[in-house]
Amino acid sequence: METNLTQIHEVIEHHGANREALVEILRDLSQQAGYLTPEALETVAAQLHLPASEVHSVASFYSMINTRPHGKHVIRFCEDAPCHIAGGQAVWNTLEQTLGIKFGETTPDDQWTLLPTSCLGLCAVGPVMMVDNDVYGNLTPEKIPEILARYTGGDA
Amino acid sequence: MIRARVLVSGDPLSLARGADVVKLALETELAYYGLEQEIAVEYMGQTGREDVLPLIAVYPEGTLYGPVRPEDVPYLVEEHLYKGRVVSHLLAPPDFLPGKIAHLPGREGAMYAQQRVVLRRAGSIDPQNIEEYIADDGYFALGQAITEMTPAEVLQTVKDSGLQGRGGAGFPTGLKWSFVATRPEKIKYIVCNADESEPGTFKDRLILEGDPHAILEGLALAGYATGAQEGWIYIRGEYTQSKKRLEEAIRQAEELGLLGDHILESDFSFHIHVHAGAGAYICGEETALLESLEGKRGIPRIRPPYPTVVGFRGMPTVVNNVETLANVAPIILHGAEWFRSRGTEKCPGTKVYTMLGDVNVTGLVEVPLGTTLREIIEVYSGGMKDGKTFKCAQTGGSSGSIIPASALDVPLDYTSMREQGVALGSGALLVCAEDKCVVDLVYVLMRFFQAESCGKCTPCRIGTTRMVEALDRLRHGQGTEQDITDLEETAEYVRDGSFCGLGQAAPVPILTGLRHFREEFESHVQGHCPAGVCPMQPRPVAEAVSHDYLGFSLPGAEAPG
Repeated sequence: METNLTQIHEVIEHHGANREALVEILRDLSQQAGYLTPEALETVAAQLHLPASEVHSVASFYSMINTRPHGKHVIRFCEDAPCHIAGGQAVWNTLEQTLGIKFGETTPDDQWTLLPTSCLGLCAVGPVMMVDNDVYGNLTPEKIPEILARYTGGDA
Repeated sequence: MIRARVLVSGDPLSLARGADVVKLALETELAYYGLEQEIAVEYMGQTGREDVLPLIAVYPEGTLYGPVRPEDVPYLVEEHLYKGRVVSHLLAPPDFLPGKIAHLPGREGAMYAQQRVVLRRAGSIDPQNIEEYIADDGYFALGQAITEMTPAEVLQTVKDSGLQGRGGAGFPTGLKWSFVATRPEKIKYIVCNADESEPGTFKDRLILEGDPHAILEGLALAGYATGAQEGWIYIRGEYTQSKKRLEEAIRQAEELGLLGDHILESDFSFHIHVHAGAGAYICGEETALLESLEGKRGIPRIRPPYPTVVGFRGMPTVVNNVETLANVAPIILHGAEWFRSRGTEKCPGTKVYTMLGDVNVTGLVEVPLGTTLREIIEVYSGGMKDGKTFKCAQTGGSSGSIIPASALDVPLDYTSMREQGVALGSGALLVCAEDKCVVDLVYVLMRFFQAESCGKCTPCRIGTTRMVEALDRLRHGQGTEQDITDLEETAEYVRDGSFCGLGQAAPVPILTGLRHFREEFESHVQGHCPAGVCPMQPRPVAEAVSHDYLGFSLPGAEAPG
């Protein structure tokens, strides 16, 4: 889904058309549409009277702002020490094997994007991952196929 | 007439596990017995434990049930709330309880040393209801300050209390405030650093979600003491629930005249805004935070000038951590002496720790500064998991140090830790048993810094990558003696040459790891991982990666669907 003009206007109006709101505007737009097209970035730049390069530089800095399309479902797997200590490496390997892609990649059918993420603040139930907006804790390699099936079962 | 109160844990994890359905079921069942006027059902914030969610607390007795499924509710309501009999098979496991949840009558005695200041209300009030906060002494400190104290007196009280910044550095809070208070500029700002992203740290989220008004009150008090008119809370972008709670709390406080123009009909006005980040660890560094708050890339500024002189929008700015601000209202209310009665002489007060790793009870614990690591593990965390032997602990998120067993009895406070050459950091305590590998642990920590380095300065940008590469060679049994020497040398360069705190702290795990566990690095060179964790086989040759340096405008890349 691409950002349309109405969406951009609405988000800018919500945050106010000023320089300080740039990060929040880009984040909200990216969350709504999944990612920001070069055209969307240029529209924001024009609306805020900023150089397009400046908007691009901010957009590419933050991890919650996407500048390229993702798959239908996004898996964010915590790769930090507490989850690693709790057995995260095995789950990491299982995810890569099950989906047949490496971290940072999207499956050829555009169904899954596999991303590493920094600490989600749920370390007490590590290893932790987020599938879209759902959180899964206490992961083991055995649980992965069942969890993934929940997302493919409904619409496959 | 409310005779009992049922609190359902309402944090994101509980909600993900169906807490909302449980709450609905409770309400329905209570209505069936005609009890809806007598028993209130509310959400509570973080409870400090994540093993038994969704958790239900029934007050006034303080009975805890968990994890509760919706289908358990009819029986629970009939037995406990209608007939008054505790449902023993649904009780949360009791041996996990001590020290984890505040205000449990009959349990405080067992946990005499846990003294909650910051987490006092988390889990015992409905955070979305300002009246419950006020009923528990909320906004009394602000009222007292505005009506009975001058700004200078408030500042002096905080100074006398000896409160230190809880973000990791331990800078005296009163001193920081006085730098701003003495500036001649008319416009000043207070910024709350809620960009909590240290791996293994979630204390701020618990405070923000469980007791949001405490932060608002702390901010307003800081504003009163320093002469600032505006407060900004920079919250981590991922913490959507905390942001909602804060915005609702601000709205409620403004409605009652406890924030906004002419607070309590005085001449003091203070407005608070919430600004959410967009995912960047570096924004926890105070100057990078200010850049991001101004809508720019979160890249650190040169210091001096410090934010207390040139901060947000170029004006004098106090930047305080969430936990620091949560301490302010209790200090004003009870006085500096009361605060100094906890902790050590040089480091008064309490500290919230996140216990993780190979211990029996993981989660948050608040104890006086100066408590030893051994005590925290043995008393509050129920000892080592499966009776394993303690090998090391890693403090303060990734920027913390690796503490060997020989330092188990060093008091955990800023001064004592500094004397030992280690850092207390943000309060995460990742405990590792003997079956964990230090090289592997350090590798994971360094991978984090490599990913989060903002790229501004060369030592950090290149150095973290070089260190990850060396550690990865060691993990795969391809390391040499030279790798260890290089690792140590690079670590020192990065520590000494980096622009901001991220780069300066990044090599600390390597340096402390080498200091205490050098022989483990060396056995990796000989092709042996003592803990049996590392792969120790050459990694398959990676295929060439084509870099897209701009990160946008991919020619030929098309949107799906």
